[in-house]
Amino acid sequence: MAEDDRRRHFEIEQLLARYAHCLDDDRLEEWPKFFAETCTYKITSAENQRCNLPVGLFFANTRGMLEDRVSALREANIYEPQRYRHFIAQIVILECDDAVARVQSSFQIVRIMQDGRTMLFATGCYLDRIAIGAAPFLFEERIVVCDSDRIDTLLAIPF
Amino acid sequence: MAPMEARTNSVPGGWEPGDLTRVPFALYSDPAVYAREQEALFRGPIWHYLGLEAEVPNPGDWRTTQIGDAPIVLARALDGSLNAFENRCAHRGSLLCLAPCGNSKTLTCVYHAWGYDLKGNLTGVAFRRGVQGKGGMPADFDMKAHGLRKLRVASIAGIVFATYSAAAPSLDDYLGPAIAQRIRRVMKGPPKVLGYYTQTLPNNWKLYIENVKDSYHASLLHLFFTTFELNRLSQPGGIIVDSSGGHHVSYSMIEAATGETEYAGAGLRSDRQGYRLADPSMLMGKDEFGDGVTLQILTVFPTFVLQQIQNSLALRRIVPTGTGETALHWTYFGFADDDEEMELLRLKQANLIGPGGYISMEDGAVGGFVQRAIGGAADDVSVLMMGGHEAESQDTRATESSIRGFWKAYRALMGL
Repeated sequence: MAEDDRRRHFEIEQLLARYAHCLDDDRLEEWPKFFAETCTYKITSAENQRCNLPVGLFFANTRGMLEDRVSALREANIYEPQRYRHFIAQIVILECDDAVARVQSSFQIVRIMQDGRTMLFATGCYLDRIAIGAAPFLFEERIVVCDSDRIDTLLAIPF
Repeated sequence: MAPMEARTNSVPGGWEPGDLTRVPFALYSDPAVYAREQEALFRGPIWHYLGLEAEVPNPGDWRTTQIGDAPIVLARALDGSLNAFENRCAHRGSLLCLAPCGNSKTLTCVYHAWGYDLKGNLTGVAFRRGVQGKGGMPADFDMKAHGLRKLRVASIAGIVFATYSAAAPSLDDYLGPAIAQRIRRVMKGPPKVLGYYTQTLPNNWKLYIENVKDSYHASLLHLFFTTFELNRLSQPGGIIVDSSGGHHVSYSMIEAATGETEYAGAGLRSDRQGYRLADPSMLMGKDEFGDGVTLQILTVFPTFVLQQIQNSLALRRIVPTGTGETALHWTYFGFADDDEEMELLRLKQANLIGPGGYISMEDGAVGGFVQRAIGGAADDVSVLMMGGHEAESQDTRATESSIRGFWKAYRALMGL
């Protein structure tokens, strides 16, 4: 692997890791900044994806909609305090040129409730299109494909 | 602090006959009640939602679903008719259809290869005549007597219902004209499914259906609704409760709010000011039904919900999976003739509903709050007195009339 490719791969891995830490550390206000101004973010399921059913558990096509999700979680919605712990693995760069990389990775999300109850909340894969032409790298598209279409109680914090 | 005797919630003499304003908490946790519900409600003389005709459009299409504890198959037979039967082989009781949906001319059990047509008739028994003249079924084995357990099927506006009971009235009579009209209002054309999700609720199923029927809570628990004036109790609207009490419609219309003081005066959490969306495009709904009604929540007793919140449309099916756990199945839909812009609007407004919805998120949790709180209170009751004691239609949503209606129908069918 050329040094440039190695560096690019490293930076993409860092982006994915920083994204996970941002959510897990409850720095939700920083979360939209990982995305381009015009972007696609969708949480869907493998079954809906397989059947070409377009509706998501959450869908945004602007960074503004992501910001709205955060302000709703902070100001409007009622849910018990909870945290996630993301585990990201099997990061593969499917396609890449100087401007855009298409990346797939696996995730596992553990949810920790305020009373300590800890459960495996979701598994699946991220299908990403990342703008890599300039720093910082930004998600142009992040499709979160959950292996299951079943959600325990509610989905508040994004994946 | 008030003395213990001042507590008036409990019903020491038991549940007074006909009382709709008190509900014993024991009903949400008693296994005997759960078992009785399976018999009296889910296999009782009433109709249950199965799915959309559009989900089984072609001959040979089938789809698995559930009525209470029972696994059910909705199938379109080769002659085009709609059929429903239990998803259980008549031989040894194995599940017949294992996938969520499929298309086939026959259904064959994986265990011993008994085969059925899509009306639930037994059409084949492997080795029925035995092997090399030995074994096999007795000569008097009657194929006709060993079909799948069939249900009566009927539809309204493309929505399929079924019942176990020969004693159930026709579906039209069961729904009544007011409910039927408002089902048809939403189902204005051939529907197109946009996706499915399931939400596991940590509570008894009745706490969820009560929540759906609870027009009182909507603008108090859900700040998102209230802040953007999608739903305030002061908007014109009301509730319709059918004569059985079991079905209801809650609706509201957009009207510029003027001089409202009830919310601000009461200092309610749900009236915070200054909260604005960065991208309000989600809320740019269209009056696609042409009547100004921006919210219509409709229930058919006991476990079906048809929802219109602006242009976000969904069918919800409630399946009890234990005394303290419920599966809530969401089918999001639009219409076959939606253009690209309309579909995008529905995808955006889907953010309001479902397990992660801005509005319905809280509904997934609040039933669990009740379930956890009533653990030591089997002898206590909940109170339903907003809007009076009866279960009639009212031109306000500041009422619990439709929840009382649920209990009216429930008590009648359960013999309680």
